[in-house]
Amino acid sequence: MNKVAQMIIVLTSIGIISGGLLAIVSGWADPLIAANQKAETEAAIFRVQPDGKKYQQVENSGFELYKVMNENNQTTGYALVYEGNGFSGKIRLIAGLSDDLNNISAIEILEQVETPGLGTKITEEPFTSQFKNLETNPKIDWVKGEKPDKSNEIQTITGATISSKAVVAILNDGISRLKKLRDNGGLK
Amino acid sequence: MKKQVTLSKEFFKGVWDNNPVLKQLLGLCPTLAVTVSAINGLAMGLAATFVLVMASLLISSIRKIIPAQVRIASFIVIIATFVTIVDLVMKAKFPDLSKALGPFIPLIVVNCVILGRQEAFASKNNPGRAFLDALGMGTGFTIALLVLGGIREIIGSRTFFGIQIMPDQFEPWLIMILPAGAFLTLGLILGAVNVYIDRKKRLEHESIIAHYKRVGREELIEELEVK
Repeated sequence: MNKVAQMIIVLTSIGIISGGLLAIVSGWADPLIAANQKAETEAAIFRVQPDGKKYQQVENSGFELYKVMNENNQTTGYALVYEGNGFSGKIRLIAGLSDDLNNISAIEILEQVETPGLGTKITEEPFTSQFKNLETNPKIDWVKGEKPDKSNEIQTITGATISSKAVVAILNDGISRLKKLRDNGGLK
Repeated sequence: MKKQVTLSKEFFKGVWDNNPVLKQLLGLCPTLAVTVSAINGLAMGLAATFVLVMASLLISSIRKIIPAQVRIASFIVIIATFVTIVDLVMKAKFPDLSKALGPFIPLIVVNCVILGRQEAFASKNNPGRAFLDALGMGTGFTIALLVLGGIREIIGSRTFFGIQIMPDQFEPWLIMILPAGAFLTLGLILGAVNVYIDRKKRLEHESIIAHYKRVGREELIEELEVK
């Protein structure tokens, strides 16, 4: 009986002390973690919308969307955070779009788990810079093994065709939803 | 009666003689998964060392009041507490590192090096020795991860701690930063360590034989060979 009581008391006290300790640490860390995430999103928004000075989240859009404004509160465009399937997992990206949604200002890959050294090239400069000033009408397209000759085309990465196509598909999907939202008056 | 070992031995046995990765082959899951670069290996090693040291100290100081029947449950709760603290602190203060190590930090909870040391050592020894043992094991774990991460980073991405050290003409071996590269590198390191130990043993053996021959006790050599 004594043994049983000791077991219960010791394990319970360990649990209570651990829980209390974690509550203290988490109380200290949570605001910092939230601030980190906010700063990260903010930095990404201004990287894909270099002219932006302020931003505001668009409510009720069903996905993560920010309206970006310059210092005179004029809308310079939108920043769209969207995700979809890549080659080996989710790809999450942010894209800067012009006010009329017809051009991309820049994109950045936020999260990916593609093959190191091949698929991970989608996060790097030569690939992402292809999206600068890319036209989104009628939709973004890709070509393989040659330089793109249309203003809505990009070239896929050698050895990472699926990852490159996935980025294009995610963008098309996100932008078409955004356009639908605009047509329904959701951006006002 | 337990054999008493010196305090420095308590520390160094984890670094070499009983190195958790190279000798005990414990904790291989994080070892293989995170070591794509030297900095990842180092950070994982340090995080695991912190948890190991703190958990060992605490468990060793309360070892007499933990009933044997619930010891594993107690160990896991204590280890999980420290791991969560590390995870939160890293997320709050080092977000980049926390992103790179991602899902592996919470998995320190079930890192068998840590639970293994609590069961095999901290729960049977005083806090001083438990501290040295944990520190030694942690150091050994960190060194092994750092070496593995360093080799993979140099060959797989031409850099060491993010600084390029291989010439541009050197084409990085992609396989080294893929999971297969972890197995290849760890296998080669383990092989090299075993070759070194075998050689050392043989040399010792030969020097003993030479000694016996010198003092004219050939009958002892036969005894040695039998062993």
